[in-house]
Amino acid sequence: MTVGKHRSKVRKFKERNQDRMTENYDIPAPKKRKLSLQIDPAKFEKATDEEKKQADVMAESTTFFKDGMRKLLRNPLAIIAIVILCIVIATIIIAPHVVPYGYDEIITVNGVRDKRAANLSPFQFSDMEKQYMEESGEKLFPHIMGTDELCRDYFIRVVYGTRVSLLVGIFASLMVLIIGTVYGSISGYAGGRVDLIMMRIVDIIYSLPDLLIIILLSVVFKETMDFSRVPVIGKLGTNMVSMFIVFGLLYWVGMARLVRGQILTIKQNEYILAAQAIGAKPGRVIRKHIIPNCISVIIIMTAQEIPSAIFTESYLSFIGLGVQLPMPSLGSLANAARSGMQSYPWKLVFPAVMIILIVLAFNLLGDSMRDAFDPRLRQ
Amino acid sequence: MSKYIVKRVLLAIATLFLVCLITFFAMNAVPGGPFNSEKAKSPAVMEVLNERFHLNEPVGVQFWIYMKNILHGDFGVSLTTGRDIWNTIWSSFQVSAKIGGMAIIVALIFGVILGCTAALNRNKWPDHVIIFFVTLFTAMPSFVMGSFLLLIFCIQLRWVPVWTTAHPSYVLPVIALSLPPMAYITRLTKTSMLDALGQDYVRTAKAKGVKPRKVIFIHTLRNALIPVITYVGPLTASILTGSLVVERIFTISGLGSKFVDSITKRDYTMIMGTTIFLATLMVVMNLVSDILYKVVDPRIKLE
Repeated sequence: MTVGKHRSKVRKFKERNQDRMTENYDIPAPKKRKLSLQIDPAKFEKATDEEKKQADVMAESTTFFKDGMRKLLRNPLAIIAIVILCIVIATIIIAPHVVPYGYDEIITVNGVRDKRAANLSPFQFSDMEKQYMEESGEKLFPHIMGTDELCRDYFIRVVYGTRVSLLVGIFASLMVLIIGTVYGSISGYAGGRVDLIMMRIVDIIYSLPDLLIIILLSVVFKETMDFSRVPVIGKLGTNMVSMFIVFGLLYWVGMARLVRGQILTIKQNEYILAAQAIGAKPGRVIRKHIIPNCISVIIIMTAQEIPSAIFTESYLSFIGLGVQLPMPSLGSLANAARSGMQSYPWKLVFPAVMIILIVLAFNLLGDSMRDAFDPRLRQ
Repeated sequence: MSKYIVKRVLLAIATLFLVCLITFFAMNAVPGGPFNSEKAKSPAVMEVLNERFHLNEPVGVQFWIYMKNILHGDFGVSLTTGRDIWNTIWSSFQVSAKIGGMAIIVALIFGVILGCTAALNRNKWPDHVIIFFVTLFTAMPSFVMGSFLLLIFCIQLRWVPVWTTAHPSYVLPVIALSLPPMAYITRLTKTSMLDALGQDYVRTAKAKGVKPRKVIFIHTLRNALIPVITYVGPLTASILTGSLVVERIFTISGLGSKFVDSITKRDYTMIMGTTIFLATLMVVMNLVSDILYKVVDPRIKLE
């Protein structure tokens, strides 16, 4: 738009609103400076009794948790993360019941193995399926993400892969939570020489190259141990067991350091001294003062541990040390998709996007939880 | 200071020893000796072999001999190829070091520049754009990044040839390796930069009329870079572990792909050699960055 046109528009606008504008300008309002405190009492009216009562209402007393949740739910990023996670979790719970294919099931049409159903693109049906649908008039469930090279429905495989990744992430972080908290609090409470020795051990474990040790141990466990009869873990395979063991052995040190540091600083606070001076018993001090003050930091750390566990799992699966076949995992799906990347790029894109979505959601949630709950940031 | 360094060096040695211990006993726990899997050999040959590789000794003695050999730079012989492990490691390390070194430099330079840009334009569009990509890249494992790069630039756009053994193109592997740590460095630099910008000495410098550029480079950036220096150790580790998969994706015969290959082939001496080599590299880099941290920042009290 040129300047001249714009000016003519402004002029027209002024002409049209001539009467209203002049009317407003008739009242010579006293020229008031911005931020001036001159108040015209005529503009106000007395409050009724009812209105006065409203001022008396105190804010509802809130607990630490409620306050944090309020802050969390006000953060748009946290909402996005929660929505993504809810959708993902709902999908992985519901999908296996809705989709009529199994994660290790080769597609059959009317009981006959469909040999040409390999590498279908999303929502495509094989010739045999089309023929069957025409003949019987029955509608088959679409292959939402196509099929893989062994004629298995890819969507359900991605769903199971996501299940594995999420379970591994949550289980591993719970393990880190338990071991780290117990070790850290013992070290923090005991203090002195016990603390010193325990922390030196942590220092050494902390500087171990964790991924190399995981790879090494998963090779060893694969050769030496047999978990195939154990119900759930047997399906995931020895590699996952070794990953859990290594998580239990190595990853807790960060948590232990954090918990110890928290307890040491909290122990020195005045309110602890005050509580002790009033005569509170140690149990009460721990329950009422120490735990509430460090629980948020611990929860945040646990939430942030989940994506790192998912990373490790997908990484191991990618180099072929992950879950036992035919159980899929997002990493092994991505690895398998590499060979046909030129012709079937979506097979790589689906699991990769799934990993990114989950990790992104957990990262965002962890960060916004830290902003909402961390007592150090609240002050 | 020297006391601190001595303590750190001792800790590093303890860590390395632990790594050797774990790797050695882990490998020994695997059933079957190195020569069982091959064709049946005559007892006489087995005896000579066992004698040669000290396999008839107790495990403790074997460990002692292995440690002695490693300290002399003798990593033994690969079980699948029969080649000297140290030579294999060293030649493939040169390839990896080239890519990894470039990735470290790229990650550091761009990370710091982007972090500063984000901090200096806080809550404006450059900040938002940078933080968006940083959040995205931290959620991307290096193998996803590598595969996507390959998919986009080699297969869809055909800018870079896919498999070139003659003149390997380092552009994509370096990008794939450097992006995740770069995202972290950007975040680190941004927070420490914001922290430094709020300090009293920066306000003083501005108040006495120092030029803005000088305030940023002399007063702020120098102090903001201290956390970045501590990250150099973990950065090396992350680049090394990232290279395990990135080299595999781009079919580069570096140390990472050697390591993964040796795992899939169950080449135990090779796994052990590479694990110890990589672990030493990581521990040394951690040590260097820890000591540098104390040297650079005189405010940090020595224990």
